[in-house]
Amino acid sequence: MAEPYRTQTAGSHLIGRAVIYTLLVLFALYYLLPLFVMVTTSLKTLDDIRTGNLLALPVQATVDAWAKAWDSACTGVYCGGLKGNFLNSVSFVLPAVIISTLIGAFNGYVLTMWRFKGSDLLFTALLIGCFIPFQVVLLPMAQTLGWLGIANSTAGLIFVHVVYGLAFTTLFFRNFYVTVPAELTKAARIDGASFFTIFWRIILPLSPPIIVVCVIWQFTQIWNDFLFGVVFSSGQRQPITVALNNLVNTTTGVKEYNVDMAAAIIAGLPTLLVYVFAGKYFLRGLTAGAVKG
Amino acid sequence: MGALSIRNVVKRYGPVQVLKGINIEAPDGEFLILVGPSGCGKSTLLNMIAGLDTITGGEIAIGGRIVNDLSPKDRDIAMVFQSYALYPTMSVRDNICFGLKIRKVPKDKQDEIVARVAKTLQMEQLLERMPSQLSGGQRQRVAMGRALARDPMLFLFDEPLSNLDAKLRVEMRTEIKLLHERLKATIVYVTHDQIEAMTLGDRIAVMKEGEVRQLGTPQEVYDNPADLFVASFIGSPSMNFIRCPVVTDDGAVGVQLQEGTERFVFRAPERVCEGLRLWLGKEAIVGIRPEQITDRSAWSGENPHVVSRSAKIEVVQPTGPDTLALIHLNGTPVTCRVHPEAAPRPGENMSLMFDLSKLVFFDPASEKRIT
Repeated sequence: MAEPYRTQTAGSHLIGRAVIYTLLVLFALYYLLPLFVMVTTSLKTLDDIRTGNLLALPVQATVDAWAKAWDSACTGVYCGGLKGNFLNSVSFVLPAVIISTLIGAFNGYVLTMWRFKGSDLLFTALLIGCFIPFQVVLLPMAQTLGWLGIANSTAGLIFVHVVYGLAFTTLFFRNFYVTVPAELTKAARIDGASFFTIFWRIILPLSPPIIVVCVIWQFTQIWNDFLFGVVFSSGQRQPITVALNNLVNTTTGVKEYNVDMAAAIIAGLPTLLVYVFAGKYFLRGLTAGAVKG
Repeated sequence: MGALSIRNVVKRYGPVQVLKGINIEAPDGEFLILVGPSGCGKSTLLNMIAGLDTITGGEIAIGGRIVNDLSPKDRDIAMVFQSYALYPTMSVRDNICFGLKIRKVPKDKQDEIVARVAKTLQMEQLLERMPSQLSGGQRQRVAMGRALARDPMLFLFDEPLSNLDAKLRVEMRTEIKLLHERLKATIVYVTHDQIEAMTLGDRIAVMKEGEVRQLGTPQEVYDNPADLFVASFIGSPSMNFIRCPVVTDDGAVGVQLQEGTERFVFRAPERVCEGLRLWLGKEAIVGIRPEQITDRSAWSGENPHVVSRSAKIEVVQPTGPDTLALIHLNGTPVTCRVHPEAAPRPGENMSLMFDLSKLVFFDPASEKRIT
């Protein structure tokens, strides 16, 4: 009789787990440290910051710095805080995300379900758009915005971000719709549905997983954008990323670290919230096929 | 007036001709099968009938109306797909109703149609479910229900059973046949499975490389194959093909065969003697189906076409009702179908009865039937 064959003992299994979790916790702490410093600093008073240590908890937590960052922090001569810029960002990010997602869905539908001569070539050309750096399009874009008469306006920023985002949104939807059986479209055509009816009634209802992915991606990209914002807008129309930069870099006199930190968190909060609430759908959408079974 | 006329239809993708002039007339109520190996153009032809693919040349008429330039929805057809193609976000009821809604059928009429279809296919209890909650067989049924709801001139089936497991496939086959008997509808059915073709069809069009090799009833196609391809494609296990010299034997024409060291002549049936005489001194391919080589028990009285020969059995494969035994003639393996109780052991010699009345002969070069 041979010895019973065992792959792993209970003891070695436990040790392995312990090592893995220890490493994970260490890395998590390391990556969370900057956030911790930002949050605690934003809750401290200036005196507290001067006397205390970087990692210490606030002696007395206060939201004064937050209120100042939002409402009354000064950039140069303007002392209105970030609230206007925050609303600026919202006012162009939301339309840009919605429009680029819808157009991406439509492009994906056409490129997979209604292939035409050269459709693959067109898709490849669109893909190249994903690899073009922002800086390359600045000058031609400025010229185009001038021609269209929407330079230095909210509409202009929406236009810039929609055009730049199309390559990505089309890629997302095209790759998702590739997994949808072509027979679905054929069946709908025989049932008498038109080109747009098939899109609205059959294809779009299948798409929530990839819509979530696309919206998160686009929202993060556009909200966090600095370069397009700084080039194509000015003064009171600037997005929050640009305003934050100005606020932090142009302080005169004492540097108010607590206000800077609060402002930075305010600027980053929307994308953070999007991930917290929709993050699991993001992962699911990236890995899911369209039609099960 | 035929339900479907396909006249000289050609399909070209660039320089590649995938359909090379197809001609098929299907009368009202016929169950027509398009069968062939992958790439023979059968699905392309079906898509062209449906209007999902354009026609390069020739014309297709449905119910006497030429449909070449009509879109799928105006052709009065319904189609069942291999992957079922149920709309995943709609309930079974909405799947069946979708086409009716698009066509603006009044709501009460829709309900009436759904009730009728559900009753016909015995799926009343499935109506509120989503496609993802259905088994393969149920999905298949819903896909057929969607087609039935339209009550079209012509039904198109694109390999509807090939995603089902073997047992369910046999059940659904029977169900489709029953449905056809009841509805008397005209059906064009594409499959690569010759058993489906034989069991379901009123007529079978056997296709290869963009051509219809033979169009006939299942029995015609089985007994009188037009060429070597049709003979080998239809029937399981496949027909045996033996290359052999054509010789005369006491004035009659026959083929020379050799088993081990023993040589003998099989005489050709009367009907092909004349044609085969032209091949004297040359080689032909003789075709004999496995069930035409059996043990003694299958034959009671005298039959002048049945001859007895002893042969060495190489391999034995029991299938249950029959046992397949492998022998060698002219160095070619030949399958025989014998009664399980008469089956010998491999290596033994066995006396086999050859029914020569159904022998078929083929030209080795053109692969056409010699008649």
